[in-house]
Amino acid sequence: MATAAYGVSFGALSVASGLSLAQTCVLSLVMFTGGSQFAVVGVIGAGGSGAAAAATAGLLGVRNGFYGLQMAPLLRERGWRRAVAAHLTIDESTAVGTAQDSPGSVRLGFWATGLAVFALWNLTTLIGALAGDAVGDPRTYGMDAAAAAAFLGLLWPRLRSLRPRAVAAGSAALAAVLIPVVPAGIPVLATVLVALAGTAIRPEQPDVRTAS
Amino acid sequence: MTWTALLAACALCYLTKVAGYLAPHHWLERPRVTRTAALVTVALLSSLVAVQTLGSGRALAADARIPALVVAAVLLWRRAPFVVVVLAAAVVAAGLRALS
Repeated sequence: MATAAYGVSFGALSVASGLSLAQTCVLSLVMFTGGSQFAVVGVIGAGGSGAAAAATAGLLGVRNGFYGLQMAPLLRERGWRRAVAAHLTIDESTAVGTAQDSPGSVRLGFWATGLAVFALWNLTTLIGALAGDAVGDPRTYGMDAAAAAAFLGLLWPRLRSLRPRAVAAGSAALAAVLIPVVPAGIPVLATVLVALAGTAIRPEQPDVRTAS
Repeated sequence: MTWTALLAACALCYLTKVAGYLAPHHWLERPRVTRTAALVTVALLSSLVAVQTLGSGRALAADARIPALVVAAVLLWRRAPFVVVVLAAAVVAAGLRALS
């Protein structure tokens, strides 16, 4: 259900940002990682270059690499099945897979979720892109606000301790300040520096909320 | 966006996923690596929230997206499901624009 709504808004926003119907569908089929796809559309929609869009998408996709690192010993796939498993390694399939307690249910959870999300995501992307082409300006339907809310929804569960909260606040502020100053796409990429600064600060502050 | 940039972005995302399956597992045990990756994700997502809410091309704009995002934040805080959050933001922004 969440995937469906998210897919429709992606499709509609993508064609509104200037990508063609075919490009929109290829993103969902081949890139297949929602956060990165929305990032491409966000950067292009703001007038950013293809290179900035690709760099943002790639960096946001780094978390999928860490999901792969977690899933590899749990799935133990080889050959083409491993190549397909890698493609299906996203937030949803990893969350369901790692929540299981036996090897059989890990595999079932991962594959069933990955394949179901893949089918639904691509179908709803197409619906959204066709609808977006038909209805015109998606801002009338609040699709731009929906994309902002989707990014916030992806961000929210990552803000459980002080350090990520500080990095989030600093990054949002830096990006906002940079919007009128640098070419589109750069404000988002520049905040990687905030993350690196956040990593460099020592010592590790214990989180007051979880420590009590 | 050119097809070249688009396919390069797709390749980058897929190769990252594959790299996770091929990398030695003990990388997960290096807290500095995992922490940096987690913070890069946080930085990119929060700056995307800012740009998507406040950006209008290369200018800053305060419009219906701000109240929509506030509603989304309240709903996330109240542990509403993702789909409710996204739809509510769209409805608030669309409603405010229809009224103005």
